Amino acid sequence: MHPAGLKLEQAPPIAVPFRFFLTAPVFLLAAAALLAWGGAEAFAARATPAALAITHLVTLGYMAMVMLGAMLQILPVLAGAPVPGARLVAGTSHALLVVGSAALAGGFALGEPALTKLAAWTLGAAFAAFLAAVAAALTRAAVRSATVIGMTLAAVALAITVTLGLMLAAMHGWGVAPPSFAIRELHPAWGLAGWTGLLVAGVAYQVVPMFQMTPPYPPAMTRWFPAAVFVLLAAWSVAAWHGEVPTLAATLAVFLAGGYIAFALTTLVLQTRRKRRVPDATLAFWQLGMASIALAAAVWCVRAVRPEAPEVLDLLIGILAIGGGAVSVIAGMLYKIVPFLGWFHLQASVGPKGAPHMKKFLGDSPQQLHVRVHLLAVVFLAAAAVWPRPLVYVAAAALGASALVQLRNLALAARFYRAEIARAPRAG
Amino acid sequence: MSSISEAMTRDHRACDERFAAAEGAAADGDWARAASAFVTFRTAMEHHFTVEEETLFPSFERHTGMTAGPTEMMRMEHAEMRELFERLAVAAAAHDADDFLGLAETLNLLMQQHNMKEEQVLYALMDEKLGGEAAGLLAALAR
Repeated sequence: MHPAGLKLEQAPPIAVPFRFFLTAPVFLLAAAALLAWGGAEAFAARATPAALAITHLVTLGYMAMVMLGAMLQILPVLAGAPVPGARLVAGTSHALLVVGSAALAGGFALGEPALTKLAAWTLGAAFAAFLAAVAAALTRAAVRSATVIGMTLAAVALAITVTLGLMLAAMHGWGVAPPSFAIRELHPAWGLAGWTGLLVAGVAYQVVPMFQMTPPYPPAMTRWFPAAVFVLLAAWSVAAWHGEVPTLAATLAVFLAGGYIAFALTTLVLQTRRKRRVPDATLAFWQLGMASIALAAAVWCVRAVRPEAPEVLDLLIGILAIGGGAVSVIAGMLYKIVPFLGWFHLQASVGPKGAPHMKKFLGDSPQQLHVRVHLLAVVFLAAAAVWPRPLVYVAAAALGASALVQLRNLALAARFYRAEIARAPRAG
Repeated sequence: MSSISEAMTRDHRACDERFAAAEGAAADGDWARAASAFVTFRTAMEHHFTVEEETLFPSFERHTGMTAGPTEMMRMEHAEMRELFERLAVAAAAHDADDFLGLAETLNLLMQQHNMKEEQVLYALMDEKLGGEAAGLLAALAR
């Protein structure tokens, strides 16, 4: 038996994460197509049917797709505990997430309650399976590191986001009135400033110093940021739910947004102090992501203290936080994860002598092309929020191009892996 | 007096700096500097591996009775890194920037996830089990 085979028993087979990663850009492409179909009307307000459909194609079909796949992969390493039934959980949650994301977008775009009901069942089941497996792994964690605590808070925030989303689905699908209309604010806040933001921050503490050899984050930030965000978000939710003291809700929102501005700026400063000078696409995507998150949080501050401000600000927050922030960071991460996993599994089969290095899976220039196209997409999407009339189609085209470049790049890496593994002599 | 965690983590960062120096020189196309920086880096890594494989790991294995556990995996990853050192040396000798930088990228991820496992799990366990003998064990690091 090849000795490296032992190690692979800890990691799930490569098909498990790759299935999630290769599906994600397809949903981004669908979001771009829907934006072109919806036209300027889609950006008339933050909650137009087309805007809701596009948002969920990206947050569920792209973001959650990659975040779930990556978390199932990385949890055993970070927590020192295996995810029970990783293969089954991954297969089930992937299939349910694909059906649910498409059904929800269809439900919004076509105003079809039957599709919304289907989405509620499938997405509820997908996240329940995922969260149960994560909870089992986290409770068995060998060490209670800052990362494990951050992941736990992110998972709780995801559970809250899903619960609030299911209440909204009950309204759209079954006509059941929600307990408070504030949940229309709470659901995106928990999804973005809770689950997504906490996961990005928890991952950043680990990988930003690793990838570029930067100094570590200030210990006060790694220790307190996740708990502070969680407590502020919970307090803000209570204030927003009751709605009696709007100044309190606004103050809490400003503190929360301020925390994210501090995190994003800290990351950007650390990256300027990196020891690895050779820049790459992952660094550029993180820089774009952090600048977008800081801007989104700044606009959120304005929105919080001036409720009478134009609704276009809500669109801008969503575009910057989702398209500029989360989608960019995820794209940058995939360009490290996919080639490394490819190399890792290949060298376990053929031995470290024969396995091609990471840049053979995907070179620098296709990745840099993706950086440039995605930057254009973010700029045009933000501009289209303000001037939808001529620009929404340019933005849709740029977003579609970004998705296509990413799909091609990831498919190239996956095809290279399959060709190499087919050539390799069977190990042990 | 520092703990095993502190001393070994500090040594990881020192190796990182040497890695970055070698990679930076190769990216600049300065192969004379790259070759000498790479030798410095490789020597530092080999010294770190030796301290672990000949002093810290055997002591940990004796204290815990875990011979097939985390230390075995760490030894395997050392072997994988040594293989990449060998290929990097060949690329440096051939002045092959594409290969050198691609191998360096691969080594960095392998090395960093390896360090993370050691720093977050193994060294923490060593502090707990071998803390009393830290001074004697770490004397090997200073040599």
